[in-house]
Amino acid sequence: MNAFVVPAATNVGSPALNITIFGIFVAVTLVIVIRASRRNVSAADYYAGGRAFSGRQNGIAIAGDYLSAASFLGIAGAIALTGYDGFLYSIGFLVAWLVALLLVAELLRNTGRFTMADVLSFRLRQRPVRTAAAISTLVVSFFYLLAQMAGAGGLVSLLLGLDGDTAQNIVIALVGVIMITYVLIGGMKGTTYVQIVKASLLIAGSIVMTVWVLAKFGFSLSNVMGAAVDNSPKAGEKLLGPGLKYGTSNLTKIDFISLSLALVLGTAGLPHVLMRFYTVPSSKEARKSVEWAIWLIGLFYLLSLVMGYGAAALVGPGKILSAPGKANSAAPLLAFELGGEILLGLISAIAFATILAVVAGLTITASASFAHDIYAQVIKRGQVNADAEVRVARMTALVIGAVAILGGIFAKNQNIAFLVALAFAVAASANLPTILYSLFWKRFNTRGALWSLYGGLISVITLIVFSPVVSGKAPLVEGGPSPSMITDPSVDFSWFPLDNPGIISIPLSFFLGWLGTVTSSEKANEVKFAEMEVRSLTGHGAEKAVAH
Amino acid sequence: MSNEAREHTGTEYEELQRTEEFGELRRRFRRFVFPMTALFLAWYFLYVLLAAYAPDFMSQKVWGEINVGLLFGLGQFVSTFVITVLYVRWADREFDPRAQALHDRLEGGRP
Repeated sequence: MNAFVVPAATNVGSPALNITIFGIFVAVTLVIVIRASRRNVSAADYYAGGRAFSGRQNGIAIAGDYLSAASFLGIAGAIALTGYDGFLYSIGFLVAWLVALLLVAELLRNTGRFTMADVLSFRLRQRPVRTAAAISTLVVSFFYLLAQMAGAGGLVSLLLGLDGDTAQNIVIALVGVIMITYVLIGGMKGTTYVQIVKASLLIAGSIVMTVWVLAKFGFSLSNVMGAAVDNSPKAGEKLLGPGLKYGTSNLTKIDFISLSLALVLGTAGLPHVLMRFYTVPSSKEARKSVEWAIWLIGLFYLLSLVMGYGAAALVGPGKILSAPGKANSAAPLLAFELGGEILLGLISAIAFATILAVVAGLTITASASFAHDIYAQVIKRGQVNADAEVRVARMTALVIGAVAILGGIFAKNQNIAFLVALAFAVAASANLPTILYSLFWKRFNTRGALWSLYGGLISVITLIVFSPVVSGKAPLVEGGPSPSMITDPSVDFSWFPLDNPGIISIPLSFFLGWLGTVTSSEKANEVKFAEMEVRSLTGHGAEKAVAH
Repeated sequence: MSNEAREHTGTEYEELQRTEEFGELRRRFRRFVFPMTALFLAWYFLYVLLAAYAPDFMSQKVWGEINVGLLFGLGQFVSTFVITVLYVRWADREFDPRAQALHDRLEGGRP
């Protein structure tokens, strides 16, 4: 709770202006969503936007989905405070897209309809595999959602000048309600337009800030970095090389490698990213989506390098750390330093828009997975009409929205980076091995899929619960609170030494997928495998765009 | 939900899967994406390991405040962009026409 004892003087900008700009964003996007929803009739409309988006539109929307608050505020802040080690995050997040481009996007688009489970259960036993894949989807989406909602709460104190508990809770609830409205009215089509608007604003805002920072330093990155060093008395020269955060011991180095592994393998297993590939009419457009996404996300991370060092140079680590949002406030504080109230208002509104859009994307993914996989296929065994299925999806979205609001209120003082890392670790451990095996390994069977999915899921959660992330980190100051989730330093049940479980759980899940397959007597279904392989490569029988 | 002209049975997929042309398509696809994946993962982990275990090398200044580590990091951006462009060009020229021909063959009836 120490975030709230800082003097009010660190609240910068004009809350009224911030709220106004944000209100305009919400109003404009709502109009777009309502217009987009006029033709929201079929399941393909609700889940996949009628599969009518172009590769470029979907690529921008993917960038909107992917560049979450953790990317925008988190990475700029991490670079401002830990320099080069913050930059490492963005590289893992970017390179990961090559896994999606080369191995997953097109094949998945050709074989599935709405969800990740469609592909995983294609040639295996439907009900157990679908259930496992849906559970994994819900878990990943839930942790990701919680991180975004918690981030929303944390930001409020800085951006809107509200620092009471109740005020923060009200803002979290408001974000949740707006998001539910988007999803219920707009479905995937509306959500996609929100992502496109948001991604465009985010990248435009970042370009403005980057050019502004560079202009102050004679358009030389070297000068920006030099000024960042001069303004960081504690870190000094170390800001520019690796090791400030992860180089302190052998254990932290292994932790860093483990994180890198989860980042690079997690993206292609994130259900809300995978689902976006169904919103385009063909695998060629899916390829184009990823191409656009890579350009935009790469550009954004290059910009965030300048913004991060710029924040260190112009704002300084002391001021960033004493602001209510700590590292997350680096980018907004830089905006205030550069362009005063108005730029701060714009950047704050973009940050809120970011959270809103990502939360909407996650909600539609989770609701689709529940309605399409669990309700329609597992409970009703496919004997359900599309209208009923979409009705269930809408009701699920309401429930998820309510859970997200409650979870966000509960988790608002939690460490959000850990929640995102957890989502990536589950995606890389549980989802990716199963996706790759089912696309490329003929022998792969039901037991292999279940062992790999559940094994990955259970090992990640177990290792995190018993890691220093949850309990047992030594307090930063003598007698102070522990930086673990459980802040009481006397509670310590951790036995796993790493913050990031990927280095254990990812190989384990690949191994379990292999072991389950070879110990099972179930033969690969030759006919289904032939169908899956031919369809995945030729695009034959792939779901087409909805004609209106 | 199928918009195809007629229903396709599993055996037709099996027949196509056994053809020389399909084998060729699969071979070409795997020969491109698997080595490329191995390459970028190796390059990425080389970078990660250098950052973890050779911080002094990475901190060497090249000019001004620009050091080896930053150049390596920017190199990851460049390699990602280059592989993306290479793959898209390869897929448009080499892969798509072959895949489309097989797709049409299924549409047109017997292989």
